[in-house]
Amino acid sequence: MSQSTARYSVERATRASRVGAVVLLVIVAAIVAMPWWAGRADIRTVTEFLYILALAQMWNLLAGYGGLLSVGQQAYVGLGAYSIVVLSLKLGLNVFLAVPLAGLVAALVAVPTAAIVFRLRGAYFAVGTWVVAEIYQLFVANTASLGGGSGLSITNAVRGIPAFWREALTLWFAAAIGIGALVLVYLLLRSRFGLALTAVRDSEPASESLGVNVRDIKWVVYLASAFGCGLVGALIAITKLRLSPDAAFSMDWSVIMFFVVVIGGIGTIEGPIVGALVYFALREFLDGFGSWYLIVLGLAAILVMLTSPKGLWGWFAAKYDIRFFPVQRRLVLGDEAKESAS
Amino acid sequence: MSLIETRGLTAFYGDFQALFGIDFAVEDGETVAIIGSNGAGKSTFLKTLSGLIATRAESVVFGGEAIGGMAASRIVGKGLALVPEGRRLFPSLSVEENLVIGGYSKRPGPWTLERIFKLFPILAERRSSPGTALSGGQQQMVAIGRALMSNPRLLLCDEISLGLAPVVIADIYAALPGIKAEGTSVVVVEQDIGQAMKVADRVYCFQEGRVSLSGRPGDLGRAEISAAYFGV
Repeated sequence: MSQSTARYSVERATRASRVGAVVLLVIVAAIVAMPWWAGRADIRTVTEFLYILALAQMWNLLAGYGGLLSVGQQAYVGLGAYSIVVLSLKLGLNVFLAVPLAGLVAALVAVPTAAIVFRLRGAYFAVGTWVVAEIYQLFVANTASLGGGSGLSITNAVRGIPAFWREALTLWFAAAIGIGALVLVYLLLRSRFGLALTAVRDSEPASESLGVNVRDIKWVVYLASAFGCGLVGALIAITKLRLSPDAAFSMDWSVIMFFVVVIGGIGTIEGPIVGALVYFALREFLDGFGSWYLIVLGLAAILVMLTSPKGLWGWFAAKYDIRFFPVQRRLVLGDEAKESAS
Repeated sequence: MSLIETRGLTAFYGDFQALFGIDFAVEDGETVAIIGSNGAGKSTFLKTLSGLIATRAESVVFGGEAIGGMAASRIVGKGLALVPEGRRLFPSLSVEENLVIGGYSKRPGPWTLERIFKLFPILAERRSSPGTALSGGQQQMVAIGRALMSNPRLLLCDEISLGLAPVVIADIYAALPGIKAEGTSVVVVEQDIGQAMKVADRVYCFQEGRVSLSGRPGDLGRAEISAAYFGV
């Protein structure tokens, strides 16, 4: 071997990742200070962007890394939203204290749900998750104390909280959830668990025969994703202040997650950020065109899937070799490196 | 007591029976080769041993414990590792990550990343390449290294020379003494009878889901082997 004495070190950070960390800190600071420098409309848009990002990141973890193609995550958005009705409107708990509990409620309901849908594979799993979401919606719509099919207002639950603080806290919660999801997925994927998760996505039998318990891995991913969607659902309830089963359990949540992740790049952490930006840009641009907005969204997704199956970020990263959130180890040649190849 | 022993092992794909009462054993420190034509049930047998295909619990006894039908991920922790047919590297992972995931069961033993790189020095140079960017022979080395990372007492290798050039096959088989030196017993499934005879302490020949012949390479005649192999 010509480089038999080559010295090198192995690291995962890239120059871009160090830049990425700094940029992320600046963005977080700007968002936290937003209630003092931005208008209400902008705060609302950023809040929504952050929770869409969180939803996309949860679906990315589930489908992009865990290989679990669920189209029923709206079940946990809806359950999270309706947890606010029970915990705050009925039991009088502060809405912001109820948000983490709503996540737990979603994760708890995900346990029996997973026990059922994990018996299904591939397309059957997808349809199964959808059916389960419909069942939860029907259950809520037929429960009079939850407002039945026409829904209810939860304004009473936030009475006493000044509008400024309600909007500021909603934004900060959205930031914690959106950026928290990003950081959590990043740390998760860099861990031993992340390695196993990636291996499971590549080949279940091969991972299983190396000692990876595929079932356990899928459980963790599914429950984590339900928890995240539940948090977002609760936040959506606080933002909208009016809930109906149709809107809270809407298939649109899954469609948005799917769109954002596929357009941005499935199985990458940067992908959902790019996808969410594209989604918001398209939505603003097509604001006045009614249902054309959905048609263009669908066409854009199909176009990306056909021309660049790894999404816009996948295409960009491959072309310029840039990774802001690297989860792979990289080889760095250098003199001071400790290890040497023999 | 044998390291692993099967008694009357059967295996099914749905209604189709692939294995009919296999009696098989490997002693500590032994290298055993399984030969046989396509469809004889060799791969099915290895998959059954490693838990990927269900069978009766008592029909596989490993280290004194009945492990038949146990979850594959648990069997690895007991010290039985499979190098699957077709290598099956994880395309999303680098060479090093492919190896690291092999040690997921955290079984203690002599095999570490450094030891694997000593066994296959070329892998140290390619450690950050995607596993699937390697040549077939190098991929096979990763697959073997990955299985060794679980520190197995018994290593099952399915068709490790399939599709490789003779010089590459020689390279891979050259690693066998180093593996055995660590006290690991080895089972190789091999279509190349000559290769099998060279490396094995004992040989089993499979035919249509049954053991058609077994014995020490020196004791088996050419005609006897081809009769067992081809069934003529």
